Amino acid sequence: MAAEDSRINFITGDLGFSVVEPYMRRFPTQFLNAGVAEQNMTGLAAGMALSGKIVFTYSIANFPTLRCFEQIRNDCCYHRANVKVVSVGGGLAYGALGSSHQATEDIAVMRSLPGMTVVAPGDPVEAEYATRAVAAHEGPCYLRLGKAGEPRVHAGPIDFRLGKAIKVYDGNDLTIISTGGMLYPCLEAVKRLSQSGISARLLSMHTVKPLDEEAVRAAAQETSAVLTVEEHSMIGGLGSAVAEVLAQNARRVSFRIMGLPDQFCRTVGSHEYLRQSCRLSATDIKNAALDLFQKSK
Amino acid sequence: MVHEAKSAHVGGALSMADILAALYGGVLRVDPKRPSWPERDRFILSKGHACAAFYATLAFCGFFPEEWLDTFYRDGGRLAGHATHTGVPGVEFSTGSLGHGLSVSTGIALAGKRDGAPWRVFALLSDGECDEGSTWEPALFAPQHGLDNLIAIVDYNKIQSLGRTKEVLDLDPFADKWKAFGWAVREINGHDMEQVVDTLTAVPFEAGRPSCVIAHTVKGKGVGFMEDKLLWHYRNPSVEEYQAAVAEIEAVL
Repeated sequence: MAAEDSRINFITGDLGFSVVEPYMRRFPTQFLNAGVAEQNMTGLAAGMALSGKIVFTYSIANFPTLRCFEQIRNDCCYHRANVKVVSVGGGLAYGALGSSHQATEDIAVMRSLPGMTVVAPGDPVEAEYATRAVAAHEGPCYLRLGKAGEPRVHAGPIDFRLGKAIKVYDGNDLTIISTGGMLYPCLEAVKRLSQSGISARLLSMHTVKPLDEEAVRAAAQETSAVLTVEEHSMIGGLGSAVAEVLAQNARRVSFRIMGLPDQFCRTVGSHEYLRQSCRLSATDIKNAALDLFQKSK
Repeated sequence: MVHEAKSAHVGGALSMADILAALYGGVLRVDPKRPSWPERDRFILSKGHACAAFYATLAFCGFFPEEWLDTFYRDGGRLAGHATHTGVPGVEFSTGSLGHGLSVSTGIALAGKRDGAPWRVFALLSDGECDEGSTWEPALFAPQHGLDNLIAIVDYNKIQSLGRTKEVLDLDPFADKWKAFGWAVREINGHDMEQVVDTLTAVPFEAGRPSCVIAHTVKGKGVGFMEDKLLWHYRNPSVEEYQAAVAEIEAVL
C-alpha cells in the first residue's frame, strides 16, 4: 500500500518490535516513531493528514485510543482528518498482561465519535481487506485488530465493503452476529447448531459503525432470534449498536448480547483461558443460541 | 465583541494582540483572498479561548466581513467562543482544549519537511497550557526531527485561570526548559512592536532547530484597569468598563 500511495504514513507509539522494521527500512520517509507519546502521535497525525497525508497511528490495546481520546475527537474527528487509528490486541488478546492491556471498551468510545468509522475484522483475510478499505476511505477510522495468528475463517477472496456485513453462513432459524475475532468461535458454534438440526445464519459485522442496519433488519425479519457476540464490554459495543436498530426499527425478535461483563477481569490467564472464563467459547455461544432459539418459539 | 458576547477571555486576547498584529501585519505569508492557498504559512492559535482578538484580526485583514464579529457567541452565529474552523476562512484549526495546538503544528511542519514545502507553521500558546503534558511531548519531538519550519510563540502574561503562573505551576526558568529540549529560544517584550516583528521575521533562529519565542506580555494590555489583573482572565466588561476601555485604546491610536 505504501508503495502504491506515497501519501500513506505509518506512525507507531514505539511499539511493534520485530514487526515494523521491514516497513521502516523500505519506507523511511513514510514511517515515524513518535516515541511513547500517544497524544503527540495523534496530534501529529492530524496535522500531517490536514497537509494531505493518509496517516495510520499504531499501538496496542488502549494506548492509541483511550490515552489520546481527546486528540482523536478534537484533532481528528472534528477536522475530518484522514487518520486511521490502529490498535493491535483488541479485546482480551493480550490476556495475561492484565487489565491495562485489555481493550474492552474501545468500540463503545470510538463509536460515539461523530464521523468515526469503526472496523473490527473477523479474521486475517478480513483484516487485510479492512486495512485497504480504511486507507481508501476519506476520514477518520478506527481499526481494531487481534494479535497475529488468528485462524482463518474465509477460504478465498471476499466481498469486503465498509458498512456491509458479510454473510459467512446462511440460515433461517436464528442469526448470530459477530464482530472481530469472535468470528471463528461463532462459526464453530454454527456448525454444531447445524448438527443439532438448527439452521443458523452467521454475519461478520466487521464494521460496527456505520452499522449494516439492513442486514440487522433482515435478520429480524427472516429469522426468529438474534444473538450478538463480541469480545468487548456488553455496554456500548456491537450488541448495543444492534439493539439500537432492533428497538427502533424491527419487528419483535428474541435478542441477546454476549460480551464481557461490566467488570475488570478477575483472573490471570491466556486469551483462550479468559475467553472461556468470560463464557465466550464456541460451546457457550452454541448453548446461548440454542436457549434463545427455543425461547423464541 | 467581548462586551456584546457577555463572555470571553479579554485579558488573554489583549496580551497577544500585538503578536497577532505583527504576524498578520506582514510576517505570515497568507492571502485573505485565498485562505486555502496551498503554500500559505500556517497559523494555529493553540490558546483558542483568546479567539476574540484572532477573529478581529482576520476580519480586519479581510478574511471575512467585519459584521461577522457581531455574531460572536450569538445564537446561530458564525463565531464560537473558542477558535473554530468550520465556516470561518482563515482559521486553520479549531482549538479550545489546551495542549493540542503544538502537536498538530508539529505534524503540519513534519509533513511540510517531507514534501519539501515552502511554508512555515506558527503556533501561539498560552503560558497556562504549558502545564499540559501534551505540550511537552511535541516540545521533545520537534527538535529531534529538526523542524526549523516550526515556530512556537508563548504568550507569557503570567496569569492563568485561577492565579499567577508562579503560584499555580511555576514555569521558570521557562526559556531554559525550551533550550534544554533543543529549541532555539528568544525572549522578547511582546508589546515592543519593533522587537516582535524583528524576532518573528528572523526565524528560524538556527537552521535545523525549531524556534521558540517567549513573549513577555501583560494580561489585559492597553486597558489600564485590566492590566495584569487575574480578574480579567474571565470577566466581561460592563457598559461603563467597555466605554472606558475603548476610550483609552482610541486615545493611543
